[in-house]
Formats: sequence, structure tokens, C-alpha cells
Amino acid sequence: MAVVYEKSRGLTDNPLTYCPGCSHGIVHKLVAETLVELDILEKTIAVAPVGCSVLAYEFFNCDGIQAAHGRAPAVAAGIKRTNTDKIVFTYQGDGDLASIGTAEIIHSAHRGDNITVIFINNAIYGMTGGQMAPTTLIGQKTSTSPYGRKEEQAGRPLLVSEMMAPIPNAVYIERTSVHDVANINKTKKAIKKAFENQINNKGFSMVEILASCPIGWNVSPVDGNKFIKEGLMPYYPLGVYKDEGGEN
Amino acid sequence: MTTRIIFSGYGGQGVLVLGEIVATIAMKKGKHVTWMPSYGPEMRGGTANCAVIISDKIIGSPIVLSEVDILVAMNQPSVDKFLPKMSQGGMVMENTSLTTKKITDAHVKVVEIDATNIASEVGSLRVANMVMLAGFLKNLDLFEMKDIIEVLEERFSGSRSKDLIPLNIKAIEAGMK
Amino acid sequence: MAKVLMKGNDAISEAAIQAGCKGFFGYPITPQNEIPEYFSRRMEEAGGVFIQAESEVAAINMVYGAAAAGVRTMTTSSSPGIALKQEGISFIAGADLPCVIVNVSRCGPGLGGILPAQSDYFQATRGGGHGDYYTPVFAPSNVQECWDMVFHAFDVAEKYRTPTMILIEGMLGQMMEPCEMTKRPTYQMDKSWCVDGNADKRPRNTITSLSLYAEVLEQMNIDRFKKYEEIAKNETMVDNQVKDGDEVAIVAYGTPSRIVLNAIEELKADGIKAGLIRPITLWPFPSGEFQNLPSSVKHVLAAELSMGQMVEDVRLAVNGKLPVHFYGRTGGSIFEPVEIANKVREILGKGAK
Repeated sequence: MAVVYEKSRGLTDNPLTYCPGCSHGIVHKLVAETLVELDILEKTIAVAPVGCSVLAYEFFNCDGIQAAHGRAPAVAAGIKRTNTDKIVFTYQGDGDLASIGTAEIIHSAHRGDNITVIFINNAIYGMTGGQMAPTTLIGQKTSTSPYGRKEEQAGRPLLVSEMMAPIPNAVYIERTSVHDVANINKTKKAIKKAFENQINNKGFSMVEILASCPIGWNVSPVDGNKFIKEGLMPYYPLGVYKDEGGEN
Repeated sequence: MTTRIIFSGYGGQGVLVLGEIVATIAMKKGKHVTWMPSYGPEMRGGTANCAVIISDKIIGSPIVLSEVDILVAMNQPSVDKFLPKMSQGGMVMENTSLTTKKITDAHVKVVEIDATNIASEVGSLRVANMVMLAGFLKNLDLFEMKDIIEVLEERFSGSRSKDLIPLNIKAIEAGMK
Repeated sequence: MAKVLMKGNDAISEAAIQAGCKGFFGYPITPQNEIPEYFSRRMEEAGGVFIQAESEVAAINMVYGAAAAGVRTMTTSSSPGIALKQEGISFIAGADLPCVIVNVSRCGPGLGGILPAQSDYFQATRGGGHGDYYTPVFAPSNVQECWDMVFHAFDVAEKYRTPTMILIEGMLGQMMEPCEMTKRPTYQMDKSWCVDGNADKRPRNTITSLSLYAEVLEQMNIDRFKKYEEIAKNETMVDNQVKDGDEVAIVAYGTPSRIVLNAIEELKADGIKAGLIRPITLWPFPSGEFQNLPSSVKHVLAAELSMGQMVEDVRLAVNGKLPVHFYGRTGGSIFEPVEIANKVREILGKGAK
């Protein structure tokens, strides 16, 4: 019988610990496939954050290390700078990257670390129980904004790609989404480009991926994808914010 | 036998290097020696000083806050600051080119060296610190000219800076006159 | 080999390079700035990496990454900066990674001041960060020992896969003393466990301090403490100069121990006999030394540049057998030999001078 679909060997056999409808599984698959397609899996080191993807090092079938909350880019810099022929990527959520880890992510781009950053923006803290993130939308209800996020109290949501793009040594910044097949395919292309940039020593690349957290948002998986499109995308426009890497 | 020395002056007068040269000579003679700078958020170009302790036994604290045996003062603020901390019978070597008040304290010996002016005559203000070494050679028996030359040759062993050795020696000799 | 006059900070830097340190990650803070400056000059020609991180927090996490990849790595800072590094040090200890951390300490709490102090003893010897762990702590007392201790600290770190710390006061970092720059062979660590992207030659590796199952994490911690027992058994270092006939044992470490030696000499001239116990490892603390003191010793005095931190370990070690006294200066003040001598005279009921 012909095999029409199989799990990427870029993933281990460990069962994923993500909730139903969560986008992490999709993005894990895209990253894993990319590592296999580019034939870099065996020389890659994954840096996992603190957050829902804290166990990511158990899922990617390559060397992996777990970093302190927000510090993944610094850990990645320590590995990559001393092992320039290896591939290093961080996989971070919005609490990790856009809140506690702002210094580390900005300065990794600022130094021009030749690494790949996969940034999952689902506008909420998932693992700790659905608290407000810097990326939570105005009016969005979370366990620490029970009446909806108010601008006067918490400011407007942080636009990370827009913030990162002007950093001189950031080479490639793109925001994508995984709410439907067409956008999943676009995300795959962006991820691939972010790794190719590293292979070709072009420098710091980050893909911000709008992702669903149906449990944290208290909606069904279908409505979760709908909320990405109708809630997140109007505030977080998709697109390439910077591309100085050129063709790979 | 323990000798506690303070080298003090404006930043840029080379007092830290001067202290290092004296400490290196003492090290080569097999003495216990420490060199300690004043460190901290002080204005660059302001006063600078270092403490050198030379001893036959293990040196405890490298910091010299009192009982100064020798003060090498390259300017008036240095005299003002450290004169009250001199030991009985201590020696003050002052750069009279830049000091304005006559030292009248009876408990110290004063050695006057017109260092900055002499350095200027020799050809460079930057060697005023070396002129002060003449005070050591004339008044103390801690080391001799050949000891200084040995250290200078090591310090300036780079091909470009080697040319500086004769100038430095000339400065010391001019101070001896 | 000829001796060279050099600063403690420079001795630490060059020794680290000669010991094979290939990754240095630091951040400016007085009085340790000579160290990152030295690495920035030398690291490229030594074939290593120097990065001035955006913060102490980032620097220690770079160390975590480099150590995980099997690179001999180091960071240095001073007291408040070491406090910031504690999160990372806990992660490094929890992931059983080797590295060397140097604290050229200053006085606190808070921003405190930049003058020398020994008030980071608790921070250094009690783990420092969260969780059950220790860090072997080496306390050299002169520039030569700074040099030698760097080689040793890397060896212990890699032999036991643990972060180790060198703790000196700003005074020792800043002062120049004669130093013989002898290079010596270092421990060759097995690197088969590292996350260095060589999964084509071995099964993939993972590094983590995370364990969500109580029975697993408990066992990991128990195993780590077995390692600490081994370290205590094999790596405790002390310079015990107490002799039969000494009435007082004075405990001091780092540069202040030298001031105590001057005090002991001063007392000797008065016919008072005292001896120095200098812990060289602060953790593990050389507690055993206090069990077999000569019977002539009637008092123990802890002298340190703090309000009294090491004295707690001394009391635990003496375990009530003898009175334990304390003399300390803090805030950047440094005791003079006469102060220690007078304290001894006071303890023995003799008049101060």
C-alpha cells in the first residue's frame, strides 16, 4: 500500500502535550519538516522556552535544551557563537519573547546572532492558565483581565514584528498565520527561509506566527481559527516586515 | 622591613606606571610586593594614586591609608591629601614644578624635584614621572639605575616603543643633577 | 618561570584562556571590568568567543548555552551582577553543566559601594538561587592563587559537571602582585552528553532542569547531593596553620586572611599565640579542621569583611565545643592588623593596645 502521509522524522514519537485545537502541533510539524527537507536535523540544536512549549526539546528529533523564561535567545547565542557550523533555533511564545524576554530578543537581533527564532503569538499566557499577555487585544478577557484588557491600564498590544524590523542587524522578519491551509503553507515557506538564511550565514531571522489557543480563549477549535482571522489579523497585519537576506 | 609608598598626581602624569615600575623592581629583588590603585567612579583626568608596599614578609592589606613612608606627589592636591598620613620620618618627594606651598612639617624629610620643568627641557612632559625616580636614586637605597633600565627594557620591548628608553633614561639622569 | 607583576583580574583572565576557556560572556561592572576587557583583547587570537551581553542575566544564559554545547566557558561579575546571574546559575546546577563564575565582590546591600567586602558569603555558599543545590566556591588570597585556582575551578567544574565559583574581594582583583604564569594540563571531559549538534554520530541529546514528576525530580536531587558528598570528600581545601600551644584559632579567608597573619605576628611579639585557619573552599567548608584542634586552643575568632556570615559556618563546625567570637568590618572598610590583635587581647582578657 502506498504511503500518502507520514509523520516527519523531524519529530520524536513522544506524544505532544498540547491541547485540542492548539496551533503548536502545526508549527512543530512545519519546523520539523523544514529541518528534514534542508537536511540539517542532525546538526540542529532546539532551544525551548518556558510556556506551553517548555517541552519542545522532547518533540523535535534533534539536540535540544530548555532555557529559563525569556532567555532562549541568549542561550542560543551561547551555543551558536561557539558552534558556528551548527543550526540553532529558539521556539518561544509571546509571554516568553514579548514580555519577560524583550531584552534578550532585541539584543540577539541587535548583535546579529545568526539564529532562527520561531515566535508563537497567541495573545495569551497558555501554560499558566490564560493570563493577559503583552499581545492580548484591547477588550480581550483573560484570567488577569477579567473585564477585558483596558488600554489605560495595560497599554495597547505590543507589535513585535514591527518593533524588531527596524533593528539594523535583524535580517528577516515576517508575520504569518496558521488559521487555514493557505496560510499554513505560507508559514512553512517563511520558516524555511528563516532557516536557509542561517545556513547561508545571513544573520538573525524571526517568524512571528499568529496561533490559536482555544482553551485559553475559551472557544472551540473552529472558533479559535476564526478569532485569528477576525480578531488578531486586523491588529497584527501579516506580511514581510524586513527582508535583507535576499534569495537563498 | 616594610616600605609603604604612595604615588599621586593628576591623571595622565603617569603615577600608576611609576608605581608599577618601582613595584616590578622590588619584585625582581625577591621582595613581597603589592600595587594597589585607587579605583572608583572618579573623574577621568582627575587625581590618580596608587599604593605600593615592599616587604620582607607577607603583605596583609595592600591598601595604604596611614603610615606612609614615601610619598611621591606630582601636584599640590597630592601633598594636601597625603601629607597628614605620613609616618614619623617619612619622605615626601614633591614635584615643585606643580606644587605651590612650601612643606614646613618637621616630621617628614622633603625632597624637591622640579620634575615637570626638567621633563620639558629633556623633550617631553610625559617623562616627568621618570624624573621623580631620581629622588629614589639620590636619597634611598631601594634600587639602582641598572634596575630601572632592566625594567624599562622589558616594558618597552616592542620595536616601536624601544625608542622611548633613551628618553626615559635621560629624564632620570637630568633629575639627578 | 619568571614572575610577572599582574592584577588579580588579569591573572584570572589569562589563566582562563590558558586553561582552554573558549567562551566568555560578561557585562561591565566595577571592580571586575579588567576581566571582560582582557577577554575582548585576547579571545580572538586565542580562538575563542567574547561577547559583551546586554545584561548579567543574558551573560549567564549564554554561559548556560555554551556549557551545554561542551564549551569551556566562564562569566565574571561583581556582587549585584552575581545576584542577577542566580537564576541562570540555578539552571546550570539543575542541568548539571560545568562552568566557572567569578565574583570580584564589592559591598552591599543594594547598589552599596564598589569597595571591597566579603558580604556575598551567604549568596556564594548557600547555592544563591532557588532550589536545592550548591556551588563549589574557591577563595584565593593572593594573585598567584587566583591564577592557580582558575585551572582548578575548571577542572572541578568538568569533573563533577557543576558550576564552580571563584570569590575574591575587589581588592584582590585590583591589586598587582608577582605571579608565575604556569600553564598546566587540564581535565579532559567526555562530551558525549552535550547538545553540540552531532546527532549524526550519536543519539540526540537533551539538556534540561525540568522534571514534572515528584519521584523523578526527588531522585535527581538525591543523586546530585551524592555528587556534593563526593566533592566535599575530595575537594575541600584549607590552609590550617594552628599549632599546638596556640590559644586562639582565627578563621579568615581571601585577602583579609593576610591581614590576620600580620595580626598573629604582632600578637606573637606580645607572647600571645594564635594561629590562622584559612578556608580555601568556602563550600565545601573545611568543618573537619575544627574537630581536631590542639587542646591549647580555647577560643575561635572569625574575622571577615561583613557583619558576620562565615562565622555561622564556623559555629556549625565548632558545634559548641569552644566559644566562637566574631570581628568584622563592612561597607568597604578593611580591618587593620591591630584591630584583630586587640580583639584577641580582649577575648583573652588582656588590655587592648
